Amino acid sequence: MHKIVEKKQLADTITLLKVEAPMVVREAKPGQFVIVRLDEFGERIPLTICDADRARGVLTLIIQQLGRSTKDLCALKAGDQIRDILGPLGNPTEIEKFGTVVIIGGGVGAAELYTAAKALKEKGNKVITIIGARNKSLIILEDEFKPIADEVLITTDDGSYGIKGFVTDALKKVISEQKVDRIICCGPIPMMKAVTTTAKPHNIPAIVSLNAILLDATGMCGSCRCTIEGKTKFSCVDGPEFDGYKVDFDELMARNKRFLDEERRALEV
Amino acid sequence: MATNKTPRQEIPARNPEERNKDFKEVSLGFTEEQAVLEAQRCIACKKKPCCNGCPVEIDIPEFIKLVAKKDYKGAIQKIKEKNNLPAICGRVCPQETQCESLCTLVAKGQPVAVGALERFVADREAEHPGSKEPPVIKEKKDIKVAVVGAGPAGLTAAADLARYGYKVTLFESLSASGGVLRYGIPEFRLPKAILDRETEYIKSLGVEIKYNILIGRTFSIADLFKDGYKAIFLGTGAGLPYFLGIPGENLNGVYSANEFLTRVNLMHAYEFPKYKTPVKIGERVAVVGAGNTAMDCVRVAKRLGAKDAMIIYRRSEAEAPARRAELEHAKEERIEFRFLTAPIKIEGNEKGEVKSMTCLKMELGEPDASGRRRPVPIKGSEYEMPVDTVIIAVGQGPNPLIAHTTKELAVDEKSGELKIDENCMTSIKGIFAGGDITTGEGTVIAAMGAGKKAAAAIDKFFKEK
Ligand SMILES: Cc1cc2nc3c(=O)[nH]c(=O)nc-3n(C[C@H](O)[C@H](O)[C@H](O)COP(=O)(O)OP(=O)(O)OC[C@H]3O[C@@H](n4cnc5c(N)ncnc54)[C@H](O)[C@@H]3O)c2cc1C
Ligand SMILES: Cc1cc2nc3c(=O)[nH]c(=O)nc-3n(C[C@H](O)[C@H](O)[C@H](O)COP(=O)(O)OP(=O)(O)OC[C@H]3O[C@@H](n4cnc5c(N)ncnc54)[C@H](O)[C@@H]3O)c2cc1C
Ligand code: SF4
Repeated sequence: MHKIVEKKQLADTITLLKVEAPMVVREAKPGQFVIVRLDEFGERIPLTICDADRARGVLTLIIQQLGRSTKDLCALKAGDQIRDILGPLGNPTEIEKFGTVVIIGGGVGAAELYTAAKALKEKGNKVITIIGARNKSLIILEDEFKPIADEVLITTDDGSYGIKGFVTDALKKVISEQKVDRIICCGPIPMMKAVTTTAKPHNIPAIVSLNAILLDATGMCGSCRCTIEGKTKFSCVDGPEFDGYKVDFDELMARNKRFLDEERRALEV
Repeated sequence: MATNKTPRQEIPARNPEERNKDFKEVSLGFTEEQAVLEAQRCIACKKKPCCNGCPVEIDIPEFIKLVAKKDYKGAIQKIKEKNNLPAICGRVCPQETQCESLCTLVAKGQPVAVGALERFVADREAEHPGSKEPPVIKEKKDIKVAVVGAGPAGLTAAADLARYGYKVTLFESLSASGGVLRYGIPEFRLPKAILDRETEYIKSLGVEIKYNILIGRTFSIADLFKDGYKAIFLGTGAGLPYFLGIPGENLNGVYSANEFLTRVNLMHAYEFPKYKTPVKIGERVAVVGAGNTAMDCVRVAKRLGAKDAMIIYRRSEAEAPARRAELEHAKEERIEFRFLTAPIKIEGNEKGEVKSMTCLKMELGEPDASGRRRPVPIKGSEYEMPVDTVIIAVGQGPNPLIAHTTKELAVDEKSGELKIDENCMTSIKGIFAGGDITTGEGTVIAAMGAGKKAAAAIDKFFKEK
């Protein structure tokens, strides 16, 4: 059992939970994730480790409400218990001195890159952050990124805040103004695909964090298989980060729709 | 008393037309009367050939003799001297190729039903809890031992180590015990309540079980030593699913056997939406393979409502590795079998969902390295059949995580299996291993045998220190 010690509403459908999980935070590194199971009936839900407070043994999760399981998680209150948390899982983000790194987060994806941004900055990189969302109310972590990033750019689809347009518009602007050595991107699949397409002509390495549908997340079931450079990889143990140029995004988009009907039914009960 | 005139008792099973719609247990097990009759068939051979077929060396004629005398308490004690999981082995062991295959009465075509007797004795104890004997634990030692993986190998090693007096902690990455017994073998073959009961027994020996801990990630092997564990047993199993490598394998509607079975068995997808994990199943389901895993998948598919559920296997029935009883049960449940058939591609519709599979017909040629006749494609026999779900059940390899994150562990390059010496020790001193992680996919009883052997080796390791 894992007690929720703090809850914060970051946006309309985005909730921050701080949870006691000393075993998980002991070894956690940027880019890794956990599998959460709310109760006996719950699904195994993958969520990124947004922050790890080793001294207190507390894990920060930021959750976007999409379907049944994330809705149930976001409805929890401080003091409530989560049944199982397994982790840290997946390979950590590569943290090196690259030079200038652009961190791009779409929606809740921004939260997934927060610890990586911090670590990259500490390594001496210039860190530029681009946060994109549909509208102003869905922009998260702007204040948290400001002290660690050299520059924070915001884009909204409807222009209600920051630059009107997509994260790729902001990326194009950054690339036109300075040399970029690496891009790390997390968000909706079409966004990650668009970012790699934008980066490609400039030959900038683009790392993407894939949100395939996971089940056991220990390499046992193959639910999260993706095609990387024509080969089948399991995103839970081979990823979740991959070289964006090698990912078959269209297949991933189709595979993530596999349980649409069931997801709708789960919401009705 | 000994008589072999009585025919072998038939193991009662539920009506196929009824059972292929639910997840309740298929085999009903012997009645007391049947058990006694069957036990009386054993002629108590002096040389006990049956025992040579038992990897954990149960004194088979001895326990059977006690059943014949209706001393069920004595019988279960006799079994438990060697086997911590009798209710499980009595249900899933391939007895026909182990103890029963060596039974003297095979010559007459009807070996003693050792497995069904084992099950009877174990179930009888559970139904009469008063007869339970407290386990004997040798002198307690102040030495911590870590066991990784709560499958049959890990559970057995943990139980034996506790009996030797060690302080045992068992680390399991899933949220429940059993390994394949939990996530792979369905409820209708092995009820989860039995697994829970056996797990409680192992805990009663003083074993502490910690779930949701993935060794290699949550803690490294080095962390375990740092935390004061003086020896480690790795029983992490063969959980890495193999695929066929044919076009279309990543289409929606293609599952690995592990994904399909885990959704259903561990996560209770058959009780969706009460349990929140979904599983999608079509009207026509093709399961590729013919081992126990394939039989479990195809029978689960039928129970989830598939109109046609079929087995596609490139060799013939004689080569099918599944237990005979499971094959027969599957047939009774209206599973279709297409032997000598190999899939070569899977086609999808515009939404990326499976719509058909193309197969080649095969014939049997010369025997291959495995001694089985090699399947050879028949030219021009290609045909396409409509299906909407494909489940790949062609085997699995050792779980690579610990080897990947522990560089000094020696691994067989080709198979990925952990290398161990005659003392079950890996290339790292103090780390032992056994079960499917060292052999590739095997059997429950072989994994248990390995766990027992390793526990004895660990005890010896400390004594010689
Ligand atoms: C490595 C990884 C890290 C993630 N980190 C975060 C995070 O920090 N915060 C966050 O809000 N979300 C994160 N996600 C996504 C999150 O797991 C899904 O949104 C969630 O599982 C949806 O469950 P649901 O029942 O609420 O929605 P559903 O109604 O079941 O599904 C909504 C959509 O979510 C996706 N989805 C469904 N089930 C899964 C699953 N088991 N795994 C992955 N995607 C799924 C599908 O595309 C689906 O269409 C992460 C996913 C992965 C793979
Ligand atoms: C569907 C199916 C049906 C079968 N039917 C039969 C049958 O009828 N009869 C028979 O004799 N055999 C059968 N088998 C084979 C048999 O189940 C296996 O040989 C046996 O379970 C192997 O036992 P094990 O303890 O080595 O591994 P497993 O049973 O695989 O257990 C390994 C355990 O380790 C855990 N684990 C893995 N990595 C880690 C880690 N890093 N940290 C912590 N925990 C970890 C896993 O979650 C798992 O619980 C079947 C196999 C399958 C897949
Ligand atoms: S071989 Fe058969 S008849 Fe002989 S002791 Fe064993 S079970 Fe009994």
